[in-house]
Amino acid sequence: MSVVTNTTTIGAIDAPSRRNTELALVAFAVLISVFAYANVGLALHGELPAGMLGYGLGLALLGGVAHLAVRRFAPYADPLLLPLATLLNGLGLAIIWRLDQSERFQALKTFAPAASKQLMFSAVGVALMVVVLVALKDHRILQRYTYISMLVALFLLILPMFFPAVNGAKIWIKIPGVGTIQPGEFAKIIIAVFFAGYLMVKRDALALASRRFMGLYLPRGRDLGPILMVWAFSILILVFETDLGSSLLFFGMFVVMLYVATERTSWIVFGLLMSGAGAVGVATFEPHVQDRVTAWLDPFAGWGKEAASEQMAKSLMAFGSGGTLGTGLGQGNSDLIGFAANSDFILATVGEELGLAGMMAVLLVYGLIVERGVRTALAARDPFGKLLAIGLSGSFAIQVFVVAGGVMGLIPLTGMTMPFMAAGGSSVIANWALIGILIRISDTARRPAPAPAPSPDAEMTQVVRP
Amino acid sequence: MNKPLRRIALFCGILVLALLVRTNYIQYVRADELNANEHNRRVQIERYAHERGNIIVDGEPVTGSVETTDSDFQYKRVWKNGPMWAPVTGYSSQAFDSSQLESIEDGILTGNSDQLFFDRTLSMFTGDKKTGGNVVTTLDGAAQRAAFKGLGSKKGAVAALDPQTGAILALASTPSYDPSVFAGNSMKDSDARQKLLQDKDKPMLNRALRETYPPGSTFKVVTAAAALENGLYTDIDEETDSPLPWRLPLSTNLLQNEGNIPCENASLREALRWSCNTVFGKMSNDLGNAKMIEQADKFGFNQEVFTPVRADASVYPKDNQPQNAMAGIGQASNRATPLQMAMVASAIANDGKLMQPYMVAQRQAPNLDVIYTHEKEQLSRPLSAENAQKVQQMMETVVADGTGTNAQIDGVTVGGKTGTAQHGLNNSEKPYAWFISYAKTDSGSPVAVAVVVEDGNANRDDISGGGLAAPIAKSVMKAVLDGK
Repeated sequence: MSVVTNTTTIGAIDAPSRRNTELALVAFAVLISVFAYANVGLALHGELPAGMLGYGLGLALLGGVAHLAVRRFAPYADPLLLPLATLLNGLGLAIIWRLDQSERFQALKTFAPAASKQLMFSAVGVALMVVVLVALKDHRILQRYTYISMLVALFLLILPMFFPAVNGAKIWIKIPGVGTIQPGEFAKIIIAVFFAGYLMVKRDALALASRRFMGLYLPRGRDLGPILMVWAFSILILVFETDLGSSLLFFGMFVVMLYVATERTSWIVFGLLMSGAGAVGVATFEPHVQDRVTAWLDPFAGWGKEAASEQMAKSLMAFGSGGTLGTGLGQGNSDLIGFAANSDFILATVGEELGLAGMMAVLLVYGLIVERGVRTALAARDPFGKLLAIGLSGSFAIQVFVVAGGVMGLIPLTGMTMPFMAAGGSSVIANWALIGILIRISDTARRPAPAPAPSPDAEMTQVVRP
Repeated sequence: MNKPLRRIALFCGILVLALLVRTNYIQYVRADELNANEHNRRVQIERYAHERGNIIVDGEPVTGSVETTDSDFQYKRVWKNGPMWAPVTGYSSQAFDSSQLESIEDGILTGNSDQLFFDRTLSMFTGDKKTGGNVVTTLDGAAQRAAFKGLGSKKGAVAALDPQTGAILALASTPSYDPSVFAGNSMKDSDARQKLLQDKDKPMLNRALRETYPPGSTFKVVTAAAALENGLYTDIDEETDSPLPWRLPLSTNLLQNEGNIPCENASLREALRWSCNTVFGKMSNDLGNAKMIEQADKFGFNQEVFTPVRADASVYPKDNQPQNAMAGIGQASNRATPLQMAMVASAIANDGKLMQPYMVAQRQAPNLDVIYTHEKEQLSRPLSAENAQKVQQMMETVVADGTGTNAQIDGVTVGGKTGTAQHGLNNSEKPYAWFISYAKTDSGSPVAVAVVVEDGNANRDDISGGGLAAPIAKSVMKAVLDGK
């Protein structure tokens, strides 16, 4: 007699799809963002901003289209991912627009209005998410492209080395007529696909063929190969592109996925040791990294001498000036940070103008996205899906930690953007694609298991009761 | 695979928790410290985000605030007739901080003072825009105008006091400057200030409070007071023991008088009337350095005076015999600020009581409530009322029938003393013209004034206290008397 066992955590049969919940939450997210936008206009100019209708409609359209796409192509998907991303994107837009209005910010040589471009990038991002949902009927298709993914990711990561450094880091490529692209943001997703595919195949070898030594399962030498390669590669990125953030992100993501695939704690120990050794090693001879560490240790000591320290100090003062409740949107002076105030340092504006309360809310929204991603990994029925989901959400969490921790002085600052909020096309487009993939995996995971096929023997079987 | 997934979930949770803890730390625990950091421009922005309170003379503000678009500092200070009032108010600049009254009363003027805590808390609830409080000064607009106009293009200073209260009525210094020109935060302001700093006439120097001059013959009233107080002489009309010529002690040099004047054994009254160097030089020598210092100290010498704007300490030095004799006629190392000499005149006019000079009568909250009123305060008692009246008689003779006739005012008793202080190596430089005086009515003396003119452009022979300084003192006294 066959018994239907449900091994997944979520996805009980007849679970509600929660699409209407999602719609309501998306509408709520759009509303909050429009209020934020209006708030900025009222605070700065004393009137509702002229672009409010366009902005509101644009954002509502994005949320609406994304929602309809999910409803049509991933009806069982997690209902929180889309509203959370919409909220962060909308809030980010309002803050970018707020900084666009700042005279101090406009006086910068590097200034260019970013809000309308950001809205356009968000549209491209949402479009890419819809494409992912339409084209990717099942995330397992990606498994076929494991090694192609590796090549593409390597290509994307190496590419910026051949372009001039921007502000000390070589993470941009410049395409005439299109603008600058940060390939690392896309590589993040593609490399997760490779790791998931690779580890799914190799997990048994990596997990079981090991020797026990001092309570740790040591992998065989030849199995160490891949981790050593990824480590060496992330160090190379660090050295040649002076991009501490991406390096940390890739290595961290790999260790997380390796641990999940093999269930061996020893990988974590190895990963920490190796990343520690790599970071210390590079920091000893890389001045760019050294500056960041100095700025982190005592931001105010380098005032007037070190640009990195001064920037850090300004960021901290912006947070401090916000206090518990903040100055209110448009009423702070976070634009004093100057360069990168609307990208890497956008959280400083959140901190100053929305205060501790706003910061906690925003951080929790990020936390919730990660939580939904991890839950998706738990719910996924196939190892590839589990690995891909944990890889993407783990890297998302690490990125949020590295950027937010950086601008708040918790860890040395690394040049990375805050997902969804920061001005920057590559980041917002790539993160929408990431959300698209998570939605796809969660849809598969939460899809009701097909009803058991009627057994041809049913008629003949009789239950004999004693 | 779910066990490691749950652990990773926990790890992600810890990352988010670490961020939450950190944001609490910098936005709550360290918020005040970061907010008050010296590099935090927000402090300055907030400071200039509302109108600064005003400094008030005769019920009218002499200062103001205008909105500016030069920088992110919204309001900047302006002055009505800046050069005339600069010695009183000081400056308040967005780029270069503030000085004098603007600096001392900054808390009231910006509204940040603890004295205004209640008002601030109240306006938090009423939603009123924050403004600064006002500082009401003791100055007399007419007297200040008379002093400033009297000095005109000459270099010099005037200090006038109300002898009965110590209220400062006029405080002028020329050449002066307009603090408005560098009140902002632009390159233009910076250039204007640089130009003022490099000006060899030092327009930003407050000569009335911060420059010490040899007081010359005006100091003879202090020497006379010392002689009377120490009982060296008791009658101002008795003959003094004053040979002519008189040789400086321990020296071969004779002390010279200006011209051939009747100084031999001259009485105190006559000696002051003619301004006899020999009489007062010997008197200082007879009293000795310690007693001279004691008397000078009682008049306020050898200590800084806070009005509340700081005035430099005037100096009556510890010195050897010949130098002490010279100091007794206001030469040698004897140096005094114009305010100090006005204090000397005021103490004599107020029958021997020296009142603490002050220029802040009241502080007002932004809603014009008075939160502080100055209470007059006696600083010291340099001489008895009897002796003070004797010195008054001497000084009145000087004006009625001596070197100070230029200060006479119809129908009013005026006492004064001229001074022409030599300075520079071997008197090579043009002397300073001094005049100190007071006017007296039935209800006591309403004004005492000290004037110094250090005019390098005047003809050397014309420089005398009676000629250059006395008319200025007269017009200041007249302005005060007319306003009563």
